[in-house]
Amino acid sequence: MLYFLDLAWNGLVFGAMYALMAVGLTLVYGLLRILHIAHAAVYALGAYMAVVVANGSGNIALGIVAAAAAASLVGVAIYRLLYQPLLDHPPYVAMIASIGLLVFMEDGFRITFGEQGLTFLRNPYPTQVHELAGLSVNTVQIVIIVMATVCLIGLALFTTRTRIGIGWRATVSDPVMATSFGVSAIKVRYLNFAIGSALAGLAGAFIALLNNFVEPTMGFVVSYKALAVIVLGGLGNLLGTLIASVALGLAESYGTIFVGGLLDRDAIAFLFLIVVLIIRPQGLAGIKAV
Amino acid sequence: MSAYGYSVMAVMGLNVMLAVSLNMITGLCGQFSLGHAAFYGAGAYAAASFATAGAALPLSLVAGIVVSSLLGIVVGFASLRLRHDFLAVTTIGVSFLFVGFVRKQLWLGGEMGLGKIPPSGLGSQGNALLILACTLATVAFSLYVHRSWMGFGFRAVGDDEETARSIGIPVSLYKLVAFTLGTAIAGLAGGLYAYFTQFVVPDSFGFIVSVVLMAMVVIGGTGSTLGVAAAAIILTLLPEVFRFMNEYRLLIFGGLLVLVMRFAPGGLAGLGRGGLAILRGR
Repeated sequence: MLYFLDLAWNGLVFGAMYALMAVGLTLVYGLLRILHIAHAAVYALGAYMAVVVANGSGNIALGIVAAAAAASLVGVAIYRLLYQPLLDHPPYVAMIASIGLLVFMEDGFRITFGEQGLTFLRNPYPTQVHELAGLSVNTVQIVIIVMATVCLIGLALFTTRTRIGIGWRATVSDPVMATSFGVSAIKVRYLNFAIGSALAGLAGAFIALLNNFVEPTMGFVVSYKALAVIVLGGLGNLLGTLIASVALGLAESYGTIFVGGLLDRDAIAFLFLIVVLIIRPQGLAGIKAV
Repeated sequence: MSAYGYSVMAVMGLNVMLAVSLNMITGLCGQFSLGHAAFYGAGAYAAASFATAGAALPLSLVAGIVVSSLLGIVVGFASLRLRHDFLAVTTIGVSFLFVGFVRKQLWLGGEMGLGKIPPSGLGSQGNALLILACTLATVAFSLYVHRSWMGFGFRAVGDDEETARSIGIPVSLYKLVAFTLGTAIAGLAGGLYAYFTQFVVPDSFGFIVSVVLMAMVVIGGTGSTLGVAAAAIILTLLPEVFRFMNEYRLLIFGGLLVLVMRFAPGGLAGLGRGGLAILRGR
């Protein structure tokens, strides 16, 4: 029994991480209809930034702030320099460019920081183990879950209670109408990339803390899983994305144990995706696709 | 020609076959597939297994074609239910699923792959010529399909499914046919690859290969057989020319992809058309 709870806890931690990644992706998709694969490069950038700044300054908190800030800036730059000029072309053009950017940035990390990856010089948190209702959990795992919850609730409040947030949602559901009511679609897009990328940077920083390790290819598989999550969630649907993140985290966690002999962890995630899509082509929480 | 020359020619031929066959699915019929390497791999593994069991060259190649196109029909059925971006992500899934599955199968050699595939008996020159012949046949077939009524149907489905259906084009059937043809050719390429290298490992058919193939199609200009074939040749030769920069191969590839998409979203075919228009003084 305890074993099952352990698996559930692990699944939840990964689910929280996928959620932080996927929120940005699903918002980009909702706004621009682009599958923003380079989002994973932003995530890896956050992870590298956290390690480099934390090791340089000796302060992990500073590293995390730097990760979010750098990710946010790069995210906005990607929109401005790459996606904005491509908006009039079919969406696959931007998607291929995005894959190219991911390959480019990942290889850039490899060349700059080396093939072996980096570790934190001083990171006591993953080995601080606590007892929680009979489960042994470490500090980073708790922080990931708390932070994901806070960020997502904050985002929910922001998009429902503030003027800018409501304008944001209005633009996602009907850009023309929102513009005619005086919402600046351009500002909304910048805001979207700034916030979504910052969350991805945070996710990267915390995964770096959890594993005490960053490597050049860390974003690669995660990027496609985050895509799987937003498709499962019904593309552009926030609530669906959250449900799908946790569901995927749990499916992977249990799947590795029960069908691990037949498929590896990444294949399980996609098998789950394909099975769900065959049953519900519009995603877990989506309305019938247009 | 040297042995090196033949091997470059063989790889170039295989890439042209794969890119042109993907172009049938994606360029003509508009079904975005990011899992083409999985079909290539299925063909390679099937042919390798048959060859190792003692089957003759033609039989192994046919086995590769059959296994790959069966898999293609299954994914084709998924394309009937899923549209556009959903299909793109699902085919990414197929790519990962294939590699994840093969890795864990001991009877397919697992991580180590299948080695000791018997030689085709044609020698390296014969292999390269066989591949070249298949490549030319593929290009000719693709050009023929493009001009045929079915090619018109494919393009109609790619442009606008609803309209195609309303003028009586059997959309579902055509999608399935496009997937079957495209994946069958990929399977043939896989079989030829297995005989050419005599050694297959899961990583040769990973997602990045699917991306490179899609890059060939998009850089060549989706829908244009000759543009895609040219892009496949250029993208195969480029790493050979820049071999001294091998360390930065992926960096250059990624950067090139970004730049081409950013400044020439129509690909080579788009540039070609633009150039012609300027020559004609428009």
